[in-house]
Amino acid sequence: MSEDVTKAITEAKRGITLYLHVHQPHRVREYSVFDTAIDHNYFNESDPLTDRNNQRVFNKVAEKSYRPMNALLEKLLATHPAFKVSLSITGTWLEQAEQWGPDVIESFKRLVQTGRVEIVSETYYHSLAFFYSREEFVRQVEAHKDKIRELFGVETSVFRNTELSYNDSLAQWADEYGFKGILAEGWDPILDWRSPNFVYKPPQTKNISLLLKNYKLSDDLAFRFSNKEWQEWPLTADKYTEWANATIEDAPLINLFMDYETFGEHQWQDTGIFEFFEDFVGRWLSNPDNTFYTVSEAIDANEPVGELSMPSTVTWADAERDLTAWLGNSMQQEAMGHLYALEKDILRTNDAALISDWRNLQTSDHAYYMCTKWFSDGDVHAYFSPYESPYDAFLYYMNVIRDLRWRLHETHKTGGLRG
Amino acid sequence: MTEKRVKIKGSGQRNFFRYDNGMNILMLGWELPPHNSGGLGVACYHLSKALALQGASIDFVVPYSAKHDNIDYMKIHSATKLSPIERYGLGAYDSNFLIETQPGAETENLKDIRSVQRHYTKFVEELVDGKDFDAIHAHDWLTMEAGVRAKELTNAPLIVHVHSTEFDRAGGNQGNPIAHEIEYQALMIADRVIAVSQITKDIIVSKYNIPADKIDVMHNAIDVESFNDGYAYDNRTYKYLEGLKDEGYTIISAVTRFTIQKGLEYLVRAVAKANERYDRIALLLAGDGEQRDELIALAADLGIADKIFFTGFVRGKQWRDAYSVSDIFVMSSVSEPFGLTALEAAHHDNALILTNQSGVSEVLNSIFKYDFWDVDRLADQIVGIATSDALKNELRQNVMREYAMLSWNDVAKKCMNMYAAPLPRIGAFA
Repeated sequence: MSEDVTKAITEAKRGITLYLHVHQPHRVREYSVFDTAIDHNYFNESDPLTDRNNQRVFNKVAEKSYRPMNALLEKLLATHPAFKVSLSITGTWLEQAEQWGPDVIESFKRLVQTGRVEIVSETYYHSLAFFYSREEFVRQVEAHKDKIRELFGVETSVFRNTELSYNDSLAQWADEYGFKGILAEGWDPILDWRSPNFVYKPPQTKNISLLLKNYKLSDDLAFRFSNKEWQEWPLTADKYTEWANATIEDAPLINLFMDYETFGEHQWQDTGIFEFFEDFVGRWLSNPDNTFYTVSEAIDANEPVGELSMPSTVTWADAERDLTAWLGNSMQQEAMGHLYALEKDILRTNDAALISDWRNLQTSDHAYYMCTKWFSDGDVHAYFSPYESPYDAFLYYMNVIRDLRWRLHETHKTGGLRG
Repeated sequence: MTEKRVKIKGSGQRNFFRYDNGMNILMLGWELPPHNSGGLGVACYHLSKALALQGASIDFVVPYSAKHDNIDYMKIHSATKLSPIERYGLGAYDSNFLIETQPGAETENLKDIRSVQRHYTKFVEELVDGKDFDAIHAHDWLTMEAGVRAKELTNAPLIVHVHSTEFDRAGGNQGNPIAHEIEYQALMIADRVIAVSQITKDIIVSKYNIPADKIDVMHNAIDVESFNDGYAYDNRTYKYLEGLKDEGYTIISAVTRFTIQKGLEYLVRAVAKANERYDRIALLLAGDGEQRDELIALAADLGIADKIFFTGFVRGKQWRDAYSVSDIFVMSSVSEPFGLTALEAAHHDNALILTNQSGVSEVLNSIFKYDFWDVDRLADQIVGIATSDALKNELRQNVMREYAMLSWNDVAKKCMNMYAAPLPRIGAFA
């Protein structure tokens, strides 16, 4: 260990970097061959009782998760001066909240106004654009920055890509763009002997630092908390604090990255997740050597201990930690390929509604619903899909793509229909 | 022979009068339109109507209770109180849902197809009591046991009409042994057998060892008048496909159940091959079935997912318009006793490509034929038609003349002759 690093550890407190991801997609309704070229409404499912109805899902999650969790975060910020949290909130979520839950946006604004809640940058549409079109990707990052500035009055300085997808070239882009930090999965096969509880530097970058998710401690909450088959169930704040303290004995950081909806939606209120979390924050901070960091503070407080390279894309999903849940089968590849092939024609039209529809179709959830790798991870996908099957998801989506082509052709006299 | 004038409705446009020729026929069927799941009901409807027009009095038994407002040319008897939907729930006439249950329980419990069959047979036994029929005409395996019982009780000649065998329905698999046994017994006991195609006759002879001279081939026909119901093509139903046609695309279609018997996997592969040579083609797959997901995945694997349009199950206008929007209709069946949809497609101005394994290909000449597995040949035929308007138009116009000559009246005449002289009475009960 270098002298700098030793110094950084001794000077800084041991900290938890809690980062929560807030997102809802605009789910595609059951859009049939008979809608194609006739009805250009793709996202507004009229049946109020299905999970394809975006308003219904938003209201449900707001009730179960956004409102109670934000109330808890406000309380923790008021009670513990050292408590901090980082959030990434997608543009598609913000659009939905503006329509169906403006009070939830207001509560996020109050969190940000404490100065101890940092907003993390990402693509506005929670898309896989980085892997298809660098230009479109940058436009979406900037659209998100604009939206965050407009609503919260803050600048973002740390980047995370959709589903925590990450590789060396993404880090190099983020470095050149001017981000000071970037988030990724701390996946054992890549880390090898190294620990996720330090700050690293991506290869061929100048200023950017890499924060890695401690997936064991993160997933204890996100996936295992309420699992009665788990040998550690029930997880108490006492036990979890003990694990956290042990983890951080010779390292500066624990990066807990997870979906915001872990609190209240993935782990329901009756599992005790809220009480657990409140209790844990108190216990953690009762040790004067411990603190919480925002992602920027974690980077400021800790110099990189070394270089870490991830040439292939790593995500935070599934046992494989790759993109196969989104782009693993040929339906997903076909659907995304056809969508991104329309980029130039769509953007040239300057038709705001058409461009917005095209971008909303880039949200990675659409591809996720077409996932067919049922076996080890199948349950998770099935749980999150509002469609009868991945094949249905694919058919509706392809019909929508055809309708985009139709609008291009009919209204803007560009592109051709294809069949 | 007593003659009286009987008014007949349901002929599409106007009312007919017919003479009662005194021929009393017990017709045993499983479905009639609009409560049908497939071609069996359509064939029974038109055959019965043509027979009625020629003077026969028909008692037609169905296994469900429902109104048939469109039928007044014969007496319809409901063997159970089940709704048609409940009967569909039992799997229409597929034997996949066939479960052997204990006899005796059937009158209360009609939860499986075997119980419905037994109930149906019991109903027929009571119906024929004290009645005198000139012939018993039983359609397909579900009614065959009842036909055999009616023959035992009345000693009237039994005619078994085979629209499909269990070998066809199983699509190359073994099929259900109970269904096989029922078919075998009834075909043995029947006085005469009607097969809807030479293919079907060959199966009956080779698989069930029924003497060939006991079997008559009577191809189905099409009642063109039944299509003259004020239907007009709506080019907005498949608006995107119409857009493609404006761009010079050729629309290929299949209107069918997505089961292995229909050979759709070969069709999708052929479209992929054709697409390599000529890409202004699209495939409309109208229907639904257990193979759907497999076909979607196959199309994506072959990189032609956006060439294929899946409609889901279609009825009414969407069904008619599927034929109308299409240029080329393909019947890709691995095993198709007849294949009425090919005639419907021809009526809606399609060029036809049919497998040699489809019965309907025996009665048409102005068509392309191929063996169901011959993907290369099918791809050639598709490209050939898609790239030549002259060829496409020749096929369309000529096949229209051919199908128009297929008449249910001719089929009914043959049946009438058979009723009058069913001998030799092989297997009659003493």
